[in-house]
Amino acid sequence: MSAPAKKKLRVATTSLAGCFGCHMSFLDIDERLFDLVELIEFDRSPLTDIKEVGECDLGIIEGGLCNAENVHILREFRARCKKLVAIGACAVNGGLPAQRNHLKLAEILEEVYHTSPGIAQGLIPNDPELPLPLNKVHPLHEVVKIDWFIPGCPPSGDAIWKALTDIVAGRDPELGFGLLHYD
Amino acid sequence: MSYHLETAEHPETLRRVAIDPVSRVEGHGKVTLLLDEANKVQQVRLHIVEFRGFEKFIQGRPYWEVPVMVQRLCGICPVSHHLAAAKAMDAIVGAKRLTPTAEKVRRLMHYGQILQSHALHFFHLCSPDLLFGFGSDVGQRNIVGVAARHPETARRGVLIRKFGQEAIRITAGKRIHGTGAIPGGVNKSLSVEERDFLLKDAYQIVAWCRDAVRLARELHETDPALYNSFGIFRSHFMSLIGANGALDLYDGKLRARDDQGAIYFDDVAQSDYEKYIQEEVKPWSYMKFPYFRTLGNEHGWYKVGPLARVQNCDSMPTPLADAERREFIDYAGGSPMHAALGYHWARMIEMLHAAETIKDLLHDPDLLGSELMASGERGFEGFGMIEAPRGTLIHHYRVDENDLVSMCNLIVSTTHNNQAMNEAIRHVARRYLHGREITEGLLNHIEVAIRAFDPCLSCATHALGKMPLVVELRDAGGELVHQLSRNA
Ligand code: SF4
Repeated sequence: MSAPAKKKLRVATTSLAGCFGCHMSFLDIDERLFDLVELIEFDRSPLTDIKEVGECDLGIIEGGLCNAENVHILREFRARCKKLVAIGACAVNGGLPAQRNHLKLAEILEEVYHTSPGIAQGLIPNDPELPLPLNKVHPLHEVVKIDWFIPGCPPSGDAIWKALTDIVAGRDPELGFGLLHYD
Repeated sequence: MSYHLETAEHPETLRRVAIDPVSRVEGHGKVTLLLDEANKVQQVRLHIVEFRGFEKFIQGRPYWEVPVMVQRLCGICPVSHHLAAAKAMDAIVGAKRLTPTAEKVRRLMHYGQILQSHALHFFHLCSPDLLFGFGSDVGQRNIVGVAARHPETARRGVLIRKFGQEAIRITAGKRIHGTGAIPGGVNKSLSVEERDFLLKDAYQIVAWCRDAVRLARELHETDPALYNSFGIFRSHFMSLIGANGALDLYDGKLRARDDQGAIYFDDVAQSDYEKYIQEEVKPWSYMKFPYFRTLGNEHGWYKVGPLARVQNCDSMPTPLADAERREFIDYAGGSPMHAALGYHWARMIEMLHAAETIKDLLHDPDLLGSELMASGERGFEGFGMIEAPRGTLIHHYRVDENDLVSMCNLIVSTTHNNQAMNEAIRHVARRYLHGREITEGLLNHIEVAIRAFDPCLSCATHALGKMPLVVELRDAGGELVHQLSRNA
């Protein structure tokens, strides 16, 4: 077997406290996905069955931090990926999940598991298998160093394509007019 | 047989194996297995491990924000949440009937959503298992592997999804988290150019969707022993049903059948859902467990989604899909199919139906109309139900006289299937893992069962929970960033 001409960039992705919309927007690069996999290979990602992040060139993270497990995974990504990208409003500033930040966790739990209509007998889930929620939702950069931020909810497929091709080419990603937006 | 696998008697003596995260599904879930020293399976659970608390923090927001905010629960089927919320808010602005243009633009958006989501599930997420085998090489088991070995299948999957996303973009302004529907109607209709842009590919998409149904069917026919029993869980079914018993994914009344296919309830108005559905909370999952009130939590479990819908309706309102539906019913042989993998075949029939519906809608001049909004007497409570890609989605709000939301209850599609998914993985664990050396390939069998249901685990995390412990979070410099709650 002959060695491949150029080593592919190894990329891991994960969704923390996000809605998966940023991953879906990633797939909105449509047929360019088939070009992209000539340039990168996937490590741990919701699209593959690799469960532990390995040594990677790039980590792409959707979603902020809402529980202890999110923090753990973020730290693993930081340790194993040379560069980290925070993708989307949730990763960049907490996004929609952070709308709970002005409320007490206890009040929200009460509402969802005791007073909301149609509950047979109220009970707040407390099994050790469930990770600890944080009192507030945090953006990624409050916990680890983030190399690049891509705003948008979600950033469009075109924006993600531009950012990735910049990174593959060894440039800092630059979105510019038309691709950079915050909604 | 498998119900007892929910809770082992002496968990402390057992070995824990976890699938964490469950991959190639959307959202955040994990599975834990407890095994004894002979590797016999004693407990199996699918946990939903994340929370949002949406029902609480939406309170106090103005009602017109809700359709835009709520879709951020889920980036895979944002349109379903967008439209369910908009439908609920139609009642707040008193729009008893939408204009034909508004109703049809919304339907186009919704069927675009069904098309893209079903394509994503079948091709991007599940086809690697179905084409390569459940225990095949883990490095190949993804869409990139499919693209290498079945390039045409992968390409069509990507292009069918793209078409659905473009239908959404044109009706909602953006492919993900757009703004098309507003309380009382829509904010735009289609231009001739937009209509023609979609129309030029519509027939090709219908043809490819038809091929996809054949592919799903062939999989069943090639290995009926596997496909007809894998992850089977006999239960009731529930879905919305449109006029004359026909499938309608945008609107209708609730119908349920029992596990033999006999009608259990029918013609139930959306506003009566609470009379029929109750929810149970279990300590080990943030996702609630709904069941039919009349049957109780021992027997009242049900399934929603494609497998339920295709067998619950009396017909499908487009000809190609209806012919495929009849073949599916015939194949099942007179009693309903309950096997988990039947979801894929049913899903492809629905994808074909969505493609046909889009094609038909594009020929309807109402899509180009300019009457976008309706209104009427102000209301204070709204129910919005829709058949999302994964099943019945329920939104229920109350809005006060200051236009602020005062109550919100959501039952998302995957939540209805919570018990069914748990039972399916117990069935699979019992059959494939019991007493054997656990391997990655065997564990993937469990995930195959979860994937069959289209779990939208992302939506399912909107509820919130807590743990009775304290953990501190420190940044790189050792500064306390945050402390986790003890009883909050
Ligand atoms: S930024 Fe928006 S699209 Fe991305 S995960 Fe957050 S809510 Fe979803």
